[in-house]
Formats: sequence, C-alpha cells, structure tokens
Amino acid sequence: MAQRASTASKKSAQVSTQVIRDLHERMVRIRLFETEAGKLMEAGKLPGFLHLYVGQEAVAAGVMAALRDDDQITSTHRGHGHAVAKGVGFREMYAELYGRVTGACLGRGGSMHINDLARGMLGANGIVGAGVPIAVGAAFAARYKGEDSVAVTFFGDGATNIGAFHEGANMAAILGLPVIFVCENNGYAEFTPQSRHMLLTDVADRAAAYGMPSVIVDGMDAVAVHRAAAEAVARARSGAGPMMIEAKTYRYFDHQGVKGLRHPYRSDEEVAEWKARDPIDLIEARAVADGAATRAELDGVWRRTRDEIAEAVAYAEASPLPEPADLLLNVYSG
Amino acid sequence: MTTTTQAPGVPPVAASRKLTYVKAFNEGLAQAMREDENVFVAGEDVAGYGGVFRMFDNLLDEFGPRRMIDTPISEAALVGLGVGAAARGLRPVVDLMFMDFIGVCLDQIVNQAAKMKYMFGGAVSVPLTITTASGAGLGAAAQHSQSLEAWLAHVPGLKVVMPCDAYTAKGLTVSAIRDDNPVVVMLNKVLLGSPGEVPEEIYGIPLGRAHTARQGSDVTVIALGRMVGEALAAADELAAEGVQIEVIDPRTVQPLDTETMFASVRRTNRVLVVHEAVTFGGLGAEIAAQIQDAVFDHLDAPVLRIGAPFSPVPFSPVLEKAYVPDRARIAQGCRRLLERS
Repeated sequence: MAQRASTASKKSAQVSTQVIRDLHERMVRIRLFETEAGKLMEAGKLPGFLHLYVGQEAVAAGVMAALRDDDQITSTHRGHGHAVAKGVGFREMYAELYGRVTGACLGRGGSMHINDLARGMLGANGIVGAGVPIAVGAAFAARYKGEDSVAVTFFGDGATNIGAFHEGANMAAILGLPVIFVCENNGYAEFTPQSRHMLLTDVADRAAAYGMPSVIVDGMDAVAVHRAAAEAVARARSGAGPMMIEAKTYRYFDHQGVKGLRHPYRSDEEVAEWKARDPIDLIEARAVADGAATRAELDGVWRRTRDEIAEAVAYAEASPLPEPADLLLNVYSG
Repeated sequence: MTTTTQAPGVPPVAASRKLTYVKAFNEGLAQAMREDENVFVAGEDVAGYGGVFRMFDNLLDEFGPRRMIDTPISEAALVGLGVGAAARGLRPVVDLMFMDFIGVCLDQIVNQAAKMKYMFGGAVSVPLTITTASGAGLGAAAQHSQSLEAWLAHVPGLKVVMPCDAYTAKGLTVSAIRDDNPVVVMLNKVLLGSPGEVPEEIYGIPLGRAHTARQGSDVTVIALGRMVGEALAAADELAAEGVQIEVIDPRTVQPLDTETMFASVRRTNRVLVVHEAVTFGGLGAEIAAQIQDAVFDHLDAPVLRIGAPFSPVPFSPVLEKAYVPDRARIAQGCRRLLERS
C-alpha cells in the first residue's frame, strides 16, 4: 500500500497536560450524555431510535480536539458523540431526543439529525455514508471562499461499502480538497461482522485506491487518535489535500438501543476484551501517571458533568412540545 | 413567443431578439454568475467541453476553473458536493446531464438536499440548483429519455421547474439559482435548438406561478414542459373548427399553482392535462384530483389525462413517435371532452 503514514506506530509521544485534560473531559461528556440517554430510553421516555456511541469516545474526542469551531464535520446515525465533542450543548441535544421544540432541530429531526452550524456540526445522518460527499462540499466551500477551515467526515466500516463513500473519496482527492476521512471501525456493520462484509482487514487500504494517504490508529487511545488527526488537519489546512484515518474501536451497546439482542452476534468475551481497554480508563491512568491531573481533578470532571446533565435533562423535560399547527415550518426557505 | 401575456414582474421586452432555448439558458446562467460571486457550476464535462448539450458553452472562458468545475462521473458525490457547499453559503449549480441519471443520486436529492432544512429545524438553507435534460424525441431510448418530474414533485422540500420555451428557460433558471431551496431545472432536449424572443437583461420568472399561454373559453389544457408547444399547436387547429382552447403552463410543477387552473376551469368547465411522462402516477393524476376536489361543480365532463403509455421509452423512431403525446392527440382529447357534454 502506497502512502501509509507511519505515525500509528509511534506510541506515547509527548503530549501536553492541557491536551490530556481536554481529551478526558470530552470523553467523559460523551460517556455520561450517552449513558443517561440510554437510561431515558430504557425508561420509555424517548421516542424513536437511539444509536449509542459509548466505547468509541476516543475517536470523537481525539479528532475534535484538533479542530476549530469553523471546521465542519458530517456525522453518522451514531452521531451524539461527535456532536458533544464538537461542542453542541446538552440542553438542545436532550431536548431534541425528547422531541421538544427547544431541541437542536426544533423537534423535527431527532437523534439522527442533530446539527449546530455555529459549531461546524453539519448534522448526523440517517443514511449510511451520505455525509461523506456533503463534507466534500463543505470543504469545497471553504476553499472557494478562501478560508482555511477543513471538513471531517465520520463514517463506520460498513459505510465504506456504499457508493457515496467511494465517490466522495475520489471527488475530494481529485479536487485536492481539505477533507479528513475518519473511519470508526467498530468491526460491525449493524450486526454483520467486518469479516462478512469486506475481504479487507484494514479499511485504510481503500484510501490507496484514491491516491489518498492513510493511517491506522488505536481507536481506544485518544492521544493516538488526536496525534493522527492533528497531522491530517495540518496537512489539509496547508492545502495538501485529503487523508484517511482508520480508528479501530468498539461500541459497547448494540447497534440500536440499550438492551441485548435475542440472538447474540458477538461473544461476551469479545465485549469484555474491548472493555478492558476502555478509552476513559486509559486516559485517566495516563493522566495520573504523567502528572497531567490528580484523581480528585478527574473525579471533579465527572461530578460537574453529571450536574450539567441533570440540569439539561430537567430543562428538556420542562420544555414545551412543538405545536402541531407548526407542522409545516421550515419545509421550504422563504 | 406565441400568444402569451407578459409574466408578472418582468419588464416589457424593448426590442425583439431571438435566442435558442439552450442559449437562453446559458445567458441566464452567465448573468446569474455575474450577479452573485457565490454561484458556481459543477458537473461532468461542463467546463472544458461546455456540456454535452452546449448548455455551458463559453462559461469556462469567462469564469475560469474556480467557478466551472469538471467532476468525475459520480452523481452522488456531485449532488452531495452541492448540498455541502450550499449549506456553507454558496449557490451551486450542479448538472446531471440526462435526467435518467438521477437514479444514481436520489439519496442525495431526496434524503439530503430536500430534507436538510426541515430536519435541522430551519437552521440551514440549501440554495442548490440541479440542471438536467429530460424528455424523449432524440432516439436516445429508455435510459436517456425519461420525464421523471413526478418522482421529484412528490418530495417535500424540492422545487421542480419545466421550461417550455427559450423565454422561460432563462427566467426559470435565474429564479432557480436565486431561490434559497433546492430546485431541479428540467430542460427539454427536443427544445434545445428552438428559438424564441428573450430579453437581454437578467430576469426571473416567479416560481410557483402558472402562465396562461393562450386564452380560450371551451376547454382548459394544462400542459407541462414541451407539451405547451404541442397544446398551442392543437389550439390553432381547433380554432379553425371554432373551438377556443385555453392553454395553461404551470412552469413550476412543485410548487404547483392550482389557483390559476381552478379559475380557468370555472370559465371553461372542461379540462385536459397533458404531459410527456407516463400517465400512471403522473402529475396529471394529481392535477385531476385537485380539480375535482376544488371545482367539481364546475366540471361538465371528467378531467381527461394524456401522457405516455406504461412502458419504457422505445428506441425506434416510429415507436417513439407513437409513445410521446402530440398535438393530434391533444386535439382529439379536446374533441372528446366537448362530445361528453
């Protein structure tokens, strides 16, 4: 494979205290947002579907810590983690999950369509792979306007079998656009293991087909993800074109919802093996070992975030529902 | 232009000047690009070659490769590029060459472009224009000849326009580009070389407003796209028989100006809807249903529809001619309506 970058193998290079703390906080925010959402769903309080991100936090945190507010992302149907890490507020996110008019989509989009343009969150997406070409368009707009922002598109291993991914990758490459392709390879396309949906071991190999450099990182190690993302972002911002990052990661919950399936498609041993390398445990151990934070400081992040979540859920529950009379709001502009 | 009245909001034509349909489109696009720096064009063969139908001739010379972008043959990525760029404040014009090719990018049109504003709670606009050539008549067979407006008009969030002549080709294109919504401009392949009077200055034709192309008292013919010209020709034929046909060109099929149609039906009491697309599930069914719902008491006969048979578009010219509705069938339809009452 041509052009495979070598950063993946560089373990535990120096990274600042500030970055460690930043990555940790972003991950805790995702973890707690998601586990609370799962509880609310189990309690029957949320309509619709819920695709939880728990387990994959290191990817969203690592990438987003390398971005600015004006950098754009497109996300997947498992998009809460990306939104939280990009800085979208808990209040509008929970309110959207509840279908309230105060939600990020005024109650019209739900879990799979949360967006925040002011923070460069161009939306989660209910269609697998569809966000890829949209990110290419966002990157096109940045270059057209002479800005140096970049676009990041997140997608899973399963999405790389769909045409929009391949077309988008080729389009970004041929136009030399500042797009970073981030594959969150959690090993399953819904319930189908990777070995049964592609013959490749590494999704990153697909980048070579488009003349795009790629790198494979440990998707449970936020620092490793962050270092790769920072390089890819700097590269794209300098005008050197797109790059792909494949992060090997894992989702703790099922494809959808929080309850186990009638027909297990993965073993308890496999789940336990991944959970033993929990991304938050990893960064906390590192933070304490490096002296980046004390245990008490890390606990403080959990505590403050829990308080913020409780307040946001209360806000969502107290928020008004949309007026049925406003059903047709925003079908068209103007 | 035949017996048309002036479109609302359009300055009167100072001097007569004729342009072909495709050149009128090209002029409108160029003027819209001059008007707004955010307008760019992307598509297969649009820049270096000028488009397979010469729609984009000379635009690369004037606007350069920054604003005229040749892309790979990748319709899904092309429309997605437009959606992402539009969401970031540009006004993309993306060209799909033949309308039949929308099958390979329907997700980006239907699930992304059309729904983004609504799903995002109004936080974004998608001022995307999709241009494409529709219609039979060139012997291009079943994968290069369809009129698929009914697919698109069924999707909330999209707008669909069908210019019937050079004047509307320019005005509707300008309005599509200026509009803050995704708009599909369905140019008709057979009309590309047809000349018509076209003002030199930039002008837009309001979207969602029908045009009464000819006034008459006996039958209302609602005709889409190229069928407007056929209906006007049928009207000339019937005038010789003492029958006065009113011809209504919706211009925009989504949104559809039903009020103009209802008003006409109240005067004529008989309606024929004609389109090039397959009759089954076509716009004619929607228009007929709305008319019977709104002005049933004014009808002296059931609403009649004329469209293509339920078949792919055939290749052999003799079959293709039999497939597409024409002035003779329209005239015959009008006679049938008059015999009913």
